Amino acid sequence: MILPSYLLALKQDFLSATTSEYIGQLRLRIPADELQSLLTALKQRYEFDMLIDITCVDYLNYRGATDRFGLVYVLLGTESNERLIVRTYLNEPDLTVPSAVPLWESANWLEREVFDMFGIRFAGHPDLRRILLPPEFASFPLRKDYPLQGRGERHNFPVLTRESA
Amino acid sequence: MPLAPSELSPPQVDEAGLAEQDYLWTLNFGPQHPATHTTLRIVLKLDGERVVDAVPDIGYLHSGFEKIGEHLDYNQYVTVTDRMNYISPMANNVAWHHAVEALLGIEITPRCKYIRTIIAELARISDHLLCNGAVGLDVGAFTFFLYGFYQREVIYDIFEALCGARFTNSYTRTGGLMYDMTPLVIEKTRTFLRAFPKTLDDMERLLGRNRIFIDRTKGVGVLSKQEAISRGCTGPIARASGVTRDLRKDSPYLAYADLEFNVPCATEGDCYSRYLVRMAEIRESLKIVEQALENLPSGPVNVGVDERVALPDKKQVYQTIEGTITHFELVMLSRGFTVPNDEMYAAIEAPNGELGFYLAGDGSDRAYRARCRPPSFIHFATFPHLIRGHTLSDIVAVLGSLNIIAAELDR
Amino acid sequence: MAIEVPENVLVSRLDQLANWCRKNSLWPMPFATACCGIELMATGASRHDLARFGAEVMRFSPRQCDLMIVAGRVVMKMLPVLQRIWEQMHEPKWCISMGACASTGGVFDTYCVVQGIDRFIPVDMYVPGCPPRPEQLIQAIIDLQDVIQRGGTIRGAEFETRQRQQPKRALVELPVLNQPLHRLTTGGGQRI
Repeated sequence: MILPSYLLALKQDFLSATTSEYIGQLRLRIPADELQSLLTALKQRYEFDMLIDITCVDYLNYRGATDRFGLVYVLLGTESNERLIVRTYLNEPDLTVPSAVPLWESANWLEREVFDMFGIRFAGHPDLRRILLPPEFASFPLRKDYPLQGRGERHNFPVLTRESA
Repeated sequence: MPLAPSELSPPQVDEAGLAEQDYLWTLNFGPQHPATHTTLRIVLKLDGERVVDAVPDIGYLHSGFEKIGEHLDYNQYVTVTDRMNYISPMANNVAWHHAVEALLGIEITPRCKYIRTIIAELARISDHLLCNGAVGLDVGAFTFFLYGFYQREVIYDIFEALCGARFTNSYTRTGGLMYDMTPLVIEKTRTFLRAFPKTLDDMERLLGRNRIFIDRTKGVGVLSKQEAISRGCTGPIARASGVTRDLRKDSPYLAYADLEFNVPCATEGDCYSRYLVRMAEIRESLKIVEQALENLPSGPVNVGVDERVALPDKKQVYQTIEGTITHFELVMLSRGFTVPNDEMYAAIEAPNGELGFYLAGDGSDRAYRARCRPPSFIHFATFPHLIRGHTLSDIVAVLGSLNIIAAELDR
Repeated sequence: MAIEVPENVLVSRLDQLANWCRKNSLWPMPFATACCGIELMATGASRHDLARFGAEVMRFSPRQCDLMIVAGRVVMKMLPVLQRIWEQMHEPKWCISMGACASTGGVFDTYCVVQGIDRFIPVDMYVPGCPPRPEQLIQAIIDLQDVIQRGGTIRGAEFETRQRQQPKRALVELPVLNQPLHRLTTGGGQRI
């Protein structure tokens, strides 16, 4: 695996970053406390100016997993056409990461969705509340310990009949 | 249960501004509203007719697609991907199986690549016709919408002859397609390609230089190039703002590397330039379909039996041992194909923008995590920025030009 | 003594006249949420024209409609909106549940999708399909017109006595083998 020059330079600045590769996609793994500085460096020094996606994987039922949540940032440099995936791993109870909103505006809603589905908080987010589910929904549905059919929230409504309405 | 408008304002409200805001009027737009963009809700703060702030509220169609992806296997999930961007379902099918085949590391046959290119481009034509039709309908031009809908019915006829369903086709399979393209389908597509450009010219004459349409869309909802990049916009919206990126050219997939086409871009970034970019993209798609039909390679549509992902045809199942084994492995419960224990992200240029899937495989035939990166979600986040300062009647124009599909927005 | 009725006089019950008027001018309220909404638009467009059957305009104001067509999946965040719109419609009003998702939840047996709007709203016609073809929806509207013609009254008395739709009836086993074959393959609206 031949790393491009910017990754080699990056690995010298961030000693705890590890790289891996899968069918041509480069991934960078970083501990959660250095995430903010890594993303800032990627944006400002190496010109990854578009944030494509932020997502999360819950490794509760995964064979051989060491951490519970993996937070994934997919980045793109529009001029250089380079893609990079940055991953960091989180464990309960410390599920807070600094928000990427100061760097990329698209992180606003993406982080709200990760919070909504998984419960990971983003410190410094301007408006962290549920985006896809009703605000009174009590659980984080995409976690592996939440069942697919839910816990009865979907049938908790009044019934209208012909006589009443 | 539904949110009151006051619950939607961001928590930091300055006290001094509140006194000034007494005269502002709150209007609830949706989730049931006359504009043809299904279930989304915007809470508007209006100063007379001018929009001071717009707070979108989404989730009225959130159906748990990503959770379903962990329970259905890769070939079953394609039926669910149809229901995401339901205006161009073929593009979603192509995107999903593009991601699955990238995860598995298999290469599809040349004929399959060309057929997937053709259907993806037909889906693009269908999507742009509806999007521009919806913009026209919302600003009051009904005829353009009906013309567009009739042409979409012709495309539906092509898809129906191809695989039996008008839309929500679920046509792709891992390693290939459901059915091969028959001569009847090729004939229908050629007829469409012959007849459509004249209708497209007629449609352009209806709206393109219409004084009212231009007044309602020019200079409205301007998105600058820097904003487009920072907000993650891709597809026709970014191209209309000057971001010259197209996944078909930048990282070619399927058969796009062999075909010649241009990518239209504009610089103003308003609703009118998005309309023009989409109309130009329809013409480019027609060129692509024509070239692909000319050069359609012959050969099998599904990958061979060695890959063990696609169902072999019956002659092979009955006459060769590899065919029998592959059929058995795929059809029996608790077998299926094995997927590497790894994660990756793959995207295609869907009509709306960059539609990508982040897949995590765990060895079984179900995805461990199937995340869809929806272009509509990212684009709707730019809506408050675009609409600030415009009037109430510009809301539908901007909303239409962003092509927000609620099912992709909420998944 | 028989009463002589001239040829240009039609004698009928007022109910039948009211039914005929109502069934031939059903204005739909398109509650279009998802993919079925596109087929609903296609039914109203030029190839399959719904206006031929009296559905001249698709009004988006519930106060002006009498037929609510719920096309698409209804999630739990949307259900109170659906109920509020149903309450705002004036009687006589009918409801068509279009598509598998509105009838039973469809493909989406998840934590957020309501498994059939008939759990919370009285439904008159169900249209199966994912999405149903426009011809199926037109057949459902024609069937609903038959229902209105046969059972309607001018005062709306049929609405006062109708029972709530039993939500579990769809799970009751119907004796498939005893039914004539053509009833099994009907593609239009089925009234359960």
